[in-house]
Amino acid sequence: MNINIFTELGRYILMLKEMFSRPENLKMYWKEFMHQCVEIGIRSLGIVVIISVFMGAVSALQTAYQLVSPLIPLSTIAQIVRDTVILEFSPTLVCIVLAGVVGSKIAGELGNMRVSEQIDALEIMGINTRTYLILPKILAAMVTIPMLVVISAVLGILGGKLAAVATGIVSTSQFNKGLFQYFKPFNVVFALVKAYVFSFLIASISSYYGYYVNGGALEIGRASTKSVVVSCVMILLMDYVLSSILL
Amino acid sequence: MIEVKGLKKGFSGKTVINGVDAKFEPGKCNLIIGSSGSGKTVLMKCLVGLFEPDSGEICYSGQDFTGMTKEDRKMLRQQIGMLFQGSALFDSMTVEQNIMFPLDMFTHDNYSKKLLRVNQVLERVNLKDVNKKFPAEISGGMKKRVGIARAIVLNPKYLFCDEPNSGLDPQTAILIDKLIKEITLEYNITTLVNTHDMNSVMEIGDHIIYMYQGIKEWEGSNKEIIFSKNKLLNDFIFASEFLQDAKDMRQLEMRGKIDNNRNMDELLK
Repeated sequence: MNINIFTELGRYILMLKEMFSRPENLKMYWKEFMHQCVEIGIRSLGIVVIISVFMGAVSALQTAYQLVSPLIPLSTIAQIVRDTVILEFSPTLVCIVLAGVVGSKIAGELGNMRVSEQIDALEIMGINTRTYLILPKILAAMVTIPMLVVISAVLGILGGKLAAVATGIVSTSQFNKGLFQYFKPFNVVFALVKAYVFSFLIASISSYYGYYVNGGALEIGRASTKSVVVSCVMILLMDYVLSSILL
Repeated sequence: MIEVKGLKKGFSGKTVINGVDAKFEPGKCNLIIGSSGSGKTVLMKCLVGLFEPDSGEICYSGQDFTGMTKEDRKMLRQQIGMLFQGSALFDSMTVEQNIMFPLDMFTHDNYSKKLLRVNQVLERVNLKDVNKKFPAEISGGMKKRVGIARAIVLNPKYLFCDEPNSGLDPQTAILIDKLIKEITLEYNITTLVNTHDMNSVMEIGDHIIYMYQGIKEWEGSNKEIIFSKNKLLNDFIFASEFLQDAKDMRQLEMRGKIDNNRNMDELLK
């Protein structure tokens, strides 16, 4: 079991190392990068919008439910919603959802290419398949996922405001007042650091499991599931590590 | 020319290729035949560099492929075309994009020049009006032809075909065989075909290698195979009574005992 973990880790590191080689044709790599930006970023926008708005709204309602003391001003609800959304919900929860959406897609796509010998066909043409297939996915994820996290944070806060105001828990002015109170810009930096790390993990782990699929259709499904599980565990682990280091 | 010297390859301690020596000449259809598990696919994958051999030498026109740097291999691979068993066309691309892909990657030609070349090779493999179709929208035989078109679009010196007839009806299989033979002669390519198909052996096998348990058991041409006394080869090639009869008939024909169709008719009477 231990040997397997180390073998897989070694192969993962080698894959990342071999990913960096001179592109055969920069134009084609750019095209592939842009294609991946659309696949990973634009196509995930819908689910990110939905979960972010509801996440913010639920967070506002549950915070209001727990703040029963009359000594605590109602504007605190906005502060709590803002900080939980920026610090945890948007970077971590969104990335866990994206690990499922994007990760399984990447693993499935590469797994299918491996099983149907499309990767071998590229290799024989003289193309470094790790550079051509994996690097654009990782770069695209690292460009688009932090953007999605920022969009998610904005929508989460708006969702919280909408829910809190619509249910009459706080007024718009109270919510706005709380939103700007004791705001630490570093929290945004922390969220972005997490988003970059998590996006790298999602794209690289799912690429690894997809690229090294061995067998048939059943193995592609297994690789997708494994990539999602491992990505989620690694996201949670790194979430703890980054929180303990940076906060 | 491709030259193989003492090639060995094993997996997890099990030897799959055991010291194969062979020469594959240009302008000839070189066939590798053998039963499942005899090592022919592994041999082909070693030749194109998808597997690293444990020992031995592979030389492409005198250049040692096994000792080449990654960059040199990349350059050489641009002279290699390969047709895969399942065609290995890129699902997300149209037929035109599939064939244009190597041109996009390795040339700086403009779109119209590349399109002209794509249409040339499509015409060469007898395909029309399929440019904008996706691989899922065309038949198995057409996929193979698109695979061949993609393999020859960069004018390769070497063409590898891994079981080109698998999954095809006999008529289409013959067409694919003929196409491979014609392309080999036309472009003077060194062609290697990995096959189980006895029709291919008899029709296009200029040079045949029979693999048995990782060893080159027999080598010769499709004319010599008829008179071979090698029991293992005969058991493999002429496995059915029908094929055995066909062999006997071909032997008679080649020895001049059956000269033409009239004699054949008389014999049948």
